[in-house]
Amino acid sequence: MPLIEIDGQQVEVAPGSTVMDAAHQAGITIPHFCYHKKLSIAASCRMCLVEVEKAPKPLPACATPVTDGMKVKTHSPKAIDAQKGVMEFLLINHPLDCPICDQGGECQLQDVAVGYGGSASRYDEAKRVVKDKDLGPLIATDMTRCIHCSRCVRFGQEVAGLMELGMTHRGEHTEVMPFLEAQVTHELSGNVIELCPVGALTSKPFRYLARSWELSRRKAVSPHDGLGANVQVHVKDGRVYRVVPQNNEAVNECWIADRDRYSYEALNSAERLTRPMMKRDGVWAEASWQDALERVAAGLAAVRQQHGPAAIGGLASPHQTVEELYLFTKVLRGLGTESIDHRLAQAGAAVGNGARWLGLAIEDLEALDRILLIGATLRSEQPLAAHRLREAVKAGGQLNVLHAADDNLLCKVAGKIITRADAWGDALVRIAAAMKDAGAAVQTDTAGVNADDAARTIAASLLGGERRAVLLGALAQNHPQADRIHALAQAIAQACGAKLGFLSVAANSVGAQLAGALPGPDGLAAAAMLAAPRKAYVLLGVEPELDAYAAAAARAALKAAEFRVALTAFKSATLDDCDVLLPIAAFAETAGALVNMEGRLQTFHAAVPPQGEARPAWKVLRVLGNLLSINGFDYDSVESVRADALPEGQAHIAQHLDNATGAAGTSASPAVDGLIRLGETPMHQLDPLTRRAPALQATGAAPEAAACGALLARLGLEAGISVRVSQGEASAVMTLRQDDRLADGVLRVPAAHPATAALGGRFGPITVERV
Amino acid sequence: MSLNTPDTQVCLWTLGYDNPASLATYTANGGYEALKKILAEKTPAEAIIEQVKISALRGRGGAGFPTGLKWSFMPRTFPGDKYVVCNTDEGEPGTFKDRDIVRFNPHQLIEGMLIAGYTLGAKAGYNYIHGEIFEQYQSWEVALNEARAAGLLGKDILGSGWDFDLHAHHGYGAYICGEETALLESIEGKKGQPRFKPPFPASYGLYGKPTTINNTETLASIPWILRHGGQAFLELGKPNNGGAKIFSISGHVNKPGNYEIPLGTPFPDLLEMAGGVRNGHKLKAVIPGGSSAPVLPAEVMMGLTLDFDAIAKAGSMLGSGAVIVMDETVCMVKALERLSYFYFEESCGQCTPCREGTGWLYRIIQRIEHGQGRPADLDELLRIGNNIGGRTICALGDAAVGPVASFVKHFRKEFEYHIENKRCMVNH
Repeated sequence: MPLIEIDGQQVEVAPGSTVMDAAHQAGITIPHFCYHKKLSIAASCRMCLVEVEKAPKPLPACATPVTDGMKVKTHSPKAIDAQKGVMEFLLINHPLDCPICDQGGECQLQDVAVGYGGSASRYDEAKRVVKDKDLGPLIATDMTRCIHCSRCVRFGQEVAGLMELGMTHRGEHTEVMPFLEAQVTHELSGNVIELCPVGALTSKPFRYLARSWELSRRKAVSPHDGLGANVQVHVKDGRVYRVVPQNNEAVNECWIADRDRYSYEALNSAERLTRPMMKRDGVWAEASWQDALERVAAGLAAVRQQHGPAAIGGLASPHQTVEELYLFTKVLRGLGTESIDHRLAQAGAAVGNGARWLGLAIEDLEALDRILLIGATLRSEQPLAAHRLREAVKAGGQLNVLHAADDNLLCKVAGKIITRADAWGDALVRIAAAMKDAGAAVQTDTAGVNADDAARTIAASLLGGERRAVLLGALAQNHPQADRIHALAQAIAQACGAKLGFLSVAANSVGAQLAGALPGPDGLAAAAMLAAPRKAYVLLGVEPELDAYAAAAARAALKAAEFRVALTAFKSATLDDCDVLLPIAAFAETAGALVNMEGRLQTFHAAVPPQGEARPAWKVLRVLGNLLSINGFDYDSVESVRADALPEGQAHIAQHLDNATGAAGTSASPAVDGLIRLGETPMHQLDPLTRRAPALQATGAAPEAAACGALLARLGLEAGISVRVSQGEASAVMTLRQDDRLADGVLRVPAAHPATAALGGRFGPITVERV
Repeated sequence: MSLNTPDTQVCLWTLGYDNPASLATYTANGGYEALKKILAEKTPAEAIIEQVKISALRGRGGAGFPTGLKWSFMPRTFPGDKYVVCNTDEGEPGTFKDRDIVRFNPHQLIEGMLIAGYTLGAKAGYNYIHGEIFEQYQSWEVALNEARAAGLLGKDILGSGWDFDLHAHHGYGAYICGEETALLESIEGKKGQPRFKPPFPASYGLYGKPTTINNTETLASIPWILRHGGQAFLELGKPNNGGAKIFSISGHVNKPGNYEIPLGTPFPDLLEMAGGVRNGHKLKAVIPGGSSAPVLPAEVMMGLTLDFDAIAKAGSMLGSGAVIVMDETVCMVKALERLSYFYFEESCGQCTPCREGTGWLYRIIQRIEHGQGRPADLDELLRIGNNIGGRTICALGDAAVGPVASFVKHFRKEFEYHIENKRCMVNH
């Protein structure tokens, strides 16, 4: 280990460290702009120049490797002179518009200028002005402020995997810009806002709304995908003004996805439900909490009395907290029903012995060297897990894919089978057969199945390497043959010693399972509850038509019921058939806990009060439990609810995670005749919050139906025309697009979108015709 | 030994023949003999590098780094791919020698690159040719095809079992691509921007592989050294400054052009060969090594010999051997304005001091030239220069400062006159 002296301190550093690393270790701050711990070294801003003994010139700390016996002075007159010289150059063309710059108060340039800048500029010549760029609805630009640190460019190349920004021109004319007036579309694009050390790239929705020093910072957990990104909620006057990443190396590092960053906008949506509402003679009217809750208690009691408790069904969102889901199940079980579920998008996977989870730590995704990804639209489902897997591939890992669309994962794919969803089970059997041919012990029947080249490539990949994982994405979980796919994935994982994991769809998918939001022994799962309509539904944070596997059936089931109550943060057209709407607190307005896909319990406090008369759902459920005279609702805090839901906290979780299945891998279910739908949840339609965030919604166009060119030719249809897509009685009209990345026989029609909410199953048969 | 005769010429000797660039002319005069001998005798790389070291050949691109030493840095036994790159990105204002080598004696360059490739264990070589000399690019391709047809390139060269190929890469004229690491980026298809060093190209070069980059004239000198021996090359010049060198003399002389003369030749001899200062004017100043080299006043220059050490001692550099001659009619402020504009326009913009500083220097000089100078400007120029020099990723920052500091140092009175009188002291 090299021993170096830095500002008189002796520091022993790891071989290969830079002077910057050594300074960090010694607690010495060296001013810098282009250096960022997660990005490659550019050494271009020159702010970190330091004096190194025996070196004739000052050297950049970020790029200078340490050598044994090196003596570094970071604050000697020579070093300070170099740093001040660079500071002056950075400021000569930087506009002094700090008073109207959103970065003001949290600006690296401003901070460093206080230490190293002059009080007045000696630069008397004309200053540079740079035209602003349109990067889309999320990122505002003031390119005159750019100091060309290239962090945003390197982020695109190195972290996002997609270079959407580049440096063009030369010298003083250098500009950061997107390609040919294109916008920035990557799912992690908002991270350039924190990376930008000046006010060149700032948040567009937040623009000019508040000064950074007026905002209080509160830690929170993003309620969207299964990663559970740690965030800071910035608050002023009881309102959320923005959300930024909170560093957590084990979970999200210093990044968040765009939907984590911008979904807060929905909190102030005009659709917020701020008072209880009841339908009287078919017309919505505001009501008092007392009247509304009494109506709910009476409505549920009446259905139970008339039809028995099994006629009541409970559907809850896996984006709600552990405490809310726990009390939700307690109310429903108190009423006597076991028809409780949070898996609305699933066609009917069995309930396991424990909670389905990632099967490994999120951090360990990066260390995998062999991966089989089954039915995951990775970049939209899991923007940050996708980044971790890209890192694994960059480090030499092999990613293998089974999907109906050959989407660009922005990294090298070792082996892939791109085929329609009803053929995924058979594809997995072929992989298992190839593994058997290669001598692996595969615990599933592959008799009579011949492996093909694609299967052999994947099998060979999985049998190599050391740290392997077989991961099931949302599509595999939602699939009508989910149990068979799960069983085959398990057999493949066992045969090669891989971890078997589920890429949890929602921020609290694991927590929902632990809290018991699953059908009991005689209860129905979500899809069955909607296929065989209940007489009463209790809904927590769901929008059935958008969340359900089969949208049209969900709508019909709700319509047919006698009594429906929704605990919801939003007045939603999809809840129009309800009888009572109870306003609940949304993200950042309530305390609670979420359990992410790696089984990590993350708790948080409320950052702002709920809007209007909305109340935290756990409090609403507590009162409802009491009104229904169910025992055990005497909670006085969210912590006391959590203590019941997860008796030993993190230790409890660890004991209750289990990905094993006893299902059979061989029972081939019938393939779909004709076209099959590929119905995914779009990235910014994941949950009620993202669906109402204006900036996020502005990033996407209306959903289209897509198919490969060969299929279009066979059908005699052309891209760009209007088509009617139909599933049984249900149909929708949309624009047809050609996408040759899709397998033949597949019509990609997004689910979870108002435009397709009239359609049937996400993987059901579908037809398409010219309008 | 008389000056500028075929005896003393290393690179431009084919000019005395018809079809100077042809393979026939080259082979009829001992061309490819050195390569053939090396391949036949399987000369060890150490022995070749030893001869290059003895020759005291120093890089002809401008830095004057000893070539033998540079070659010894290459990890020749590294098992993966290795490359040899020739830098014909001749963009230094005043320099026009490499284009003549490529145009009139391309086979000597090919032979030099072959020997370099053999010695350094490279699998291929690239010749990066400046964007503004497209004819030379085409003539280089012609020569490559000739050599390939003669079995001098490609698989199993001259039946030796050794494979090596050469490629041309055409630049687009950016000055910065002459910087060796920017050149590598450009070959890789990226924006021409210098890399931070270390790592040096010898360990992390083209496509991340060990790479040796030499100037055209340097590589073209190699066959001569191996044919005549390192000692003979050294004796052409003077100790530590081996060989002859091409001087591109331009500006206010009667016969501008390339003159290949021994290192250590007195400057007045070169001036005489170039026909002296035009129209009987008086010599005022000389930039001895391309526009980046500090300017020297006539009286200093007339006492110097043309070699790396003598010119360095006088406070400038031999650089690429581009001798820019200025007579008494030259306004030094205007000359500096033009030079500063060049560096301002050619800065790649990657690192702060050069990106921001070159523009600042140019704007101040432009003001002075246009009668808007202020008394504090000259010290400000030097202060800004000090904040650029030695603080940038590559040498372009230093190159931009060199002229400014030296012009102000040697001709301060002219600048002061401009500032005080708001007009030129030379051209009224």
